[in-house]
Amino acid sequence: MKKVFGRIYILIIMMFLYLPILTLIVLSFNKAKSMSVWKGFSLKWYEELFSSRIMMGAIANTFSIAILAALIATIVGTLAVLGMAAMKQKTENVLMAFNNIPMLNADIVTGIALMLFFLMIGAPRGYCTILFSHATFCIPYVILSVKPRLNKHTDSLFEAALDLGASERYAFRKIVIPELKPGIMSGFLLSFTMSVDDFIITYFTRGAGINTISTLIYSQVKVGIRPSLFALSTIIFVVALVVLITVNLRQSRQEAAMAR
Amino acid sequence: MIAKKRFAVPFIIWIIAGTVIPLASIVYYGFSSRDGGFTFSNITAMFNHDHMQALGLSLLLALISTLICLIVAFPMAMVLRESKYGKQGFLIFVIILPMWMNFLLRTMAWQVLLERQGVINSLLALVGLPRQEMMNTPGAIVLGMVYDFLPFMILPIYNTVSKIDNHLIEAAYDLGASKLKTYTKVIIPLTVPGIVSGITMVFIPALTTFVISNMLGGGKINLIGNIIEQEFTVNSNWYLGSGLSLVMMIFIILSMLLLQKFDKTGGQNLI
Repeated sequence: MKKVFGRIYILIIMMFLYLPILTLIVLSFNKAKSMSVWKGFSLKWYEELFSSRIMMGAIANTFSIAILAALIATIVGTLAVLGMAAMKQKTENVLMAFNNIPMLNADIVTGIALMLFFLMIGAPRGYCTILFSHATFCIPYVILSVKPRLNKHTDSLFEAALDLGASERYAFRKIVIPELKPGIMSGFLLSFTMSVDDFIITYFTRGAGINTISTLIYSQVKVGIRPSLFALSTIIFVVALVVLITVNLRQSRQEAAMAR
Repeated sequence: MIAKKRFAVPFIIWIIAGTVIPLASIVYYGFSSRDGGFTFSNITAMFNHDHMQALGLSLLLALISTLICLIVAFPMAMVLRESKYGKQGFLIFVIILPMWMNFLLRTMAWQVLLERQGVINSLLALVGLPRQEMMNTPGAIVLGMVYDFLPFMILPIYNTVSKIDNHLIEAAYDLGASKLKTYTKVIIPLTVPGIVSGITMVFIPALTTFVISNMLGGGKINLIGNIIEQEFTVNSNWYLGSGLSLVMMIFIILSMLLLQKFDKTGGQNLI
């Protein structure tokens, strides 16, 4: 009885989560522009999507900003973790408190705060201001994922390498980076996804001429939903599905290898 | 020592330029008038009828959707806890997947479903039922919030629930506790940290959203987020916008403090 209830409950939640997405996928292949009448199969909305210069530009912006922001955040964040380890506990706590602000704060507040800052210093809003803002909200995530990897053990290994005659730089490359690597990788990936997904902060820190996928969707939905957006949804969904399945498979394969 | 203090210099500069000065400029603009003088009028502008109404509605809708998320997510987390290991992984995967889709597109999906010429109305018309006006209502906004934020409630609750030792629950039953009592005295107190982080992750974005209300409210229903957004983008009145966001921040901080208090007492109960 309890099992049956559990299954039904899961089914309802799944339907709630996936029926809207499924609707978009079905409608993306609809010949008609209408959201309610099925007029036959067609790929024309995909053609419209791929022939749109603005959309392609937005996609390029989204990914180049995400990669650069994640890269900057990873470097600044990892260095910060190393730097903070040399500080007094009190100083470190203060820095960590500031580090947490962008994560706890509402996105709209972070967005307008950065917008005001750019207005005050007279920076023209565009690609660079978006990039700066994205790095700002990514750094905390890098720090939180790298910090737990750095411990006494890393330090002793490093000292041992120096005692055995390694130069600081060599020991850093051979000991510290490999020890921190899992944290650095997950920090980078987390930053990348946060950046790709962001709308609110981008919305306030972008200039008039530049779009990311999110801001373009927003401005298009405001004018009126076009089925090419359904095509975009389908593509994003399929990409997310493939990426997540690959990551999961790799993880379970690693677990299986470990078990052996 | 690997660590050298100077490694943190870029980070400290970034904190100052990206967090401290921007937040200080909200405070500066919030207490300034257009001619540069000091004023409280941007703060007290919250008492303006329209603003109060928007703030009240934001608090109400955010509260309702957080509550719905909590009521839906808790049983889901329990069902997840009790399913087999392999199936658990699959179900978590299924819950995470929608989070990878852009939330604007997810919100747009509900627009497509709810609109007057939308999918649900067409289905209703097909079976001969009258078309319903579902868009541009507070209900539509709540639905959008629940849809967008539900995974953020399920995952932290599941994380804490899955770590509860089965022996504790069995012990409660062995000692004669009823099912209800086991829930209220054992399971729920142990889940408090997850519930608290779930509530924070749903309530604050719901309270401050302007996107969901804009897309599903048709621009007719104003939440406090919409008012602030319009001051910045349409009216270019950064002074008023900053003042209002300062007041909104008070509510954010208050809710966080309140939640942390719960978390702490929950943590003490563990001992």
